[in-house]
Amino acid sequence: MIDARFAGALGAFRLDAAFTAPGHGVTALFGPSGCGKTSVLRCIAGLQRLPDGHLIVNGESWQDGRRFRPTHRRPLGYVFQEASLFPHLSVRENLSFGQRRVRGEPQRIGFDEVVDLLGIARLFDRPTDRLSGGERQRVAIGRALLSQPQLLLMDEPLSALDRISKDEILPYLERLHAALSIPVLYVSHDIAEVERLADTLVLMEAGRVRAAGPIADLLADPDLPLVHMPQPAAVIDGRVLSVDPRYELTELEVPGGRLLVAGDLGPVGSVRRLRIPASDVSLGRRAPVDTTILNALPALILGAEQTGGRQMTVRLALGADGRGAPLLSRVSRYSWDRLDLAPGQTVIARLKAVALRDSGPAADTPVSDPHP
Amino acid sequence: MFDAAMIEVILLTLKLAGLTTLLLLILGTPLAWWLSRGRSLTRDVVSTIVSLPIVLPPTVLGFYLLIAMGPSSPLTTLVGRPLAFTFEGLVLGSVIYSMPFVVNPIRNAFEAMGPRPMEVAATLRASPWDAFVTVALPLASPGLLTGAILGFAHTVGEFGVVLMIGGSIPGRTKVLSTTIFDYVETLQWGRAHVLAGGMLILSFAVILFMTQVERRLVGGRGGR
Repeated sequence: MIDARFAGALGAFRLDAAFTAPGHGVTALFGPSGCGKTSVLRCIAGLQRLPDGHLIVNGESWQDGRRFRPTHRRPLGYVFQEASLFPHLSVRENLSFGQRRVRGEPQRIGFDEVVDLLGIARLFDRPTDRLSGGERQRVAIGRALLSQPQLLLMDEPLSALDRISKDEILPYLERLHAALSIPVLYVSHDIAEVERLADTLVLMEAGRVRAAGPIADLLADPDLPLVHMPQPAAVIDGRVLSVDPRYELTELEVPGGRLLVAGDLGPVGSVRRLRIPASDVSLGRRAPVDTTILNALPALILGAEQTGGRQMTVRLALGADGRGAPLLSRVSRYSWDRLDLAPGQTVIARLKAVALRDSGPAADTPVSDPHP
Repeated sequence: MFDAAMIEVILLTLKLAGLTTLLLLILGTPLAWWLSRGRSLTRDVVSTIVSLPIVLPPTVLGFYLLIAMGPSSPLTTLVGRPLAFTFEGLVLGSVIYSMPFVVNPIRNAFEAMGPRPMEVAATLRASPWDAFVTVALPLASPGLLTGAILGFAHTVGEFGVVLMIGGSIPGRTKVLSTTIFDYVETLQWGRAHVLAGGMLILSFAVILFMTQVERRLVGGRGGR
């Protein structure tokens, strides 16, 4: 559990941010450039000191009105926007820089484990300036993890990378997420990254925290600007129930229903994040018959907002009782009126295509024991 | 080619320059670090004082140093004896005279490094001192090398200050530069040629060596 509150002037900018984040999973600090999210992260790391700051991490006070624990005494890992590897050290020396300084503490994260997780073993003998951007950032992440942090801070670790390097590194971040139990604070201004990685979202605006909570809820919250983005989407975490190898279809259990997803997403029991764009969800009164659409689930209409002149963004929750996962649908105002839809009604949500946002590393792992 | 007097002069010069460079590295590195960490009026004033010998005529600096080391100055009271015309006095004068040539390259190297490496080190649990030794110093090593060599060369070559506060007492304050002057004044051109030519060759070798080492330091970054 992370309890943070920072207020004060940073040059001409005024920061007044307070939020709590769970002690597990990825919490994204999301907002436009210049909203103060990096400042918050630097305050949490102790790289920036605001006199009016309070920070409690896992029950330990790192800063309050009187005391300020300097950065090197805080058990944290920090991944900067640029990898910032030490140019005078080899890849291996970079990796062990932090680890050598925490010798006395329990080593929960092993050298081999990190090297394996990030796929950096073959980089050891290369000079740091001969690494690609993605490789460099992977070494930087490994270096941070090996200092045995109780909290991992990542400041837009992908923003300095090109598209290809991003796609190369994202699966590693997802693996980290699954393999390590340390909480991560992840600063980003890219909603696609956030949708893919975050469990909790802290939405920032002009130095303040606009909202904080589970990502699925915030993405569908009508009072927040996320719903009004050009391509709004819902994210749903689903558990793999079974894989049909003949059709390469995976059945997942999500809150409020079951979904069939293209591809082999095994192994059974693992959790996969699905991103469902609002434009891929259509609504109907009755269950479709004789259609190629795989997924049609009952959902309760929670509300709807007009988007532009012709369209409506409809907020739904899966399940006839509306207790399931939040879902967004974008329909034309004409259809909305023609079907006489209104909040409180139960409809059938048809999901045109459900896929993983990108295929994770496990997506092409064959399943040894398929349950058809 | 070299007679005993010349050897004495050369050894004394090397001793002076070596000691001065060592002292300047010990004093100048923390000073350069402090100057490189941010901007303030105090820093600007100190930085100006450090840089004064670059523009000040050596005779002016020497004149004030002579007064400071004279019989009735507070410094003399502090030390217990006048430092003028002593080797110690010469070392003190050289440290002040050569300071900018050592401090400025080191400071530039620290500034070029930016705050990031120290921040990274702190997030990797390195204390400020630990990070200074294991990150800042290695990263600034080309600047340290440049500073050391420039400081050494300037001390070897200083003339005005030495003449003002050292005189030219054999075995105590008679160094290369003043000796060459003495030889020229007394029309011993041959001997002047030996020392002056030696200096020329030495300077050439030093700068060539410095360029090579610096290239290796910079090029070797992560080359291991």
